[in-house]
Amino acid sequence: MKYVDEFRNGDLVKTLTKNICRLSKKPVRIMEVCGGHTMAIHRFGIPSLLPDTIELLSGPGCPVCVTSRSFIDTAIAMCRQPDTIIATYGDLIRVPGSSSSLENEKANGADVRVVFSTLDALETARCNPCKRVIFPGIGFETTTPASAVAILEAKRQNISNLYFLSSHKTMPEAMMALIDAGICIDGYIGPGHVSTIAGADMYAPLLKKYPLSIVISGFEPVDLLQSIYLIVRQVETGEHRLEIQYKRAVTPEGNLKAKALTEEVFEPCDDWWRGLGVIPRSGLAIKKEYSAFDAMKQIPVTVEPAKEPPGCLCGEVLKGIKKPADCKLFGSICTPVNPIGACMVSNEGACQAYYKYS
Amino acid sequence: MCLSVPAKIITVNGNSARVSIGGTLVDVSLHLLDDAKTGDYVLVHTGFALQKLSEEEALETIELIRQMDAAGEEEGQRNED
Repeated sequence: MKYVDEFRNGDLVKTLTKNICRLSKKPVRIMEVCGGHTMAIHRFGIPSLLPDTIELLSGPGCPVCVTSRSFIDTAIAMCRQPDTIIATYGDLIRVPGSSSSLENEKANGADVRVVFSTLDALETARCNPCKRVIFPGIGFETTTPASAVAILEAKRQNISNLYFLSSHKTMPEAMMALIDAGICIDGYIGPGHVSTIAGADMYAPLLKKYPLSIVISGFEPVDLLQSIYLIVRQVETGEHRLEIQYKRAVTPEGNLKAKALTEEVFEPCDDWWRGLGVIPRSGLAIKKEYSAFDAMKQIPVTVEPAKEPPGCLCGEVLKGIKKPADCKLFGSICTPVNPIGACMVSNEGACQAYYKYS
Repeated sequence: MCLSVPAKIITVNGNSARVSIGGTLVDVSLHLLDDAKTGDYVLVHTGFALQKLSEEEALETIELIRQMDAAGEEEGQRNED
């Protein structure tokens, strides 16, 4: 068992496709809320295997895409400070701010370094004691524990020149906000790795409030087709419940250790999402006890007022109201080489997925 | 961003492990897992092992789909009869 090839098996794909086509009679709208699912669905050509009754929508599952321009602008303002290193995941470096990007700033001489892990940022801080190392922390439940570990390790090791600019977010609140905004969704393909950490039980309030199907899915074609089959089966039989397709990784309670580390360092706060605006308690702020590592508290900067690019439909795309091709900029002036909107710049963005694979 | 890949643990050294991702050896943190050991498959995300993968559950998932195929064939057979 290698956990990859087995879930790309052509015979299993055929079986699932056949059964989905046989079962699906009612129109069904299914949304994924994970950038990894967005890419996998298009990379594996899943929409081309499905009957016309099934419509797949991309939601706000790409952290880079939902992050505000003012967050990028703040990181840019910080990288312009003297004796400062920005250590960042590669996803963020090309994301346009209002008038620049971290990549542009690096080209202009700023010390911007791509790291694989938050612990690499910690190591960068250790090796550069005379400089401030700032890590722009974005991402959902999957990614936040890594930031928590680095902050706790920095404290334990008395490393005082590492700072986190936190824009970590939590997913269930956004899934609720979409329904509250009137977006018609029959079922969610539940985010697999968010749920690996947070546990399947976190969707209980969502299911209590709304008649929905949620199936937590893996990322290979067999996983995605089986999840779609399970949602279609619920819709056809009038059921609304949670199922875990990705049982090899997801449990009801999740990774308790990772959750405890996150809760030690972070606390809920209201946060802004592109397309959805401010969602109460959907963000994670660094707790007061760890404010020595909070870049927002320790490194005051003046940030230019954020400007969204005119004509960009990323906000509507992230709500599933518009498809990337509905945007006039898509494929004309907005391409992966010259991205205008966040959904095109990110490797997990819906616009880049459509551009690459559709 | 939430991309995670299955990796096999080759060696464990305190809070870190050397893992094989499709043959490429990478060092990852075990800060988020308590009970990982050599030979386990784990999901790796941004340099951290997130969770051990369950072979039993993986096999059961595949078996469910195979049963679906068998059930479909039986149904087709009945329709032909």
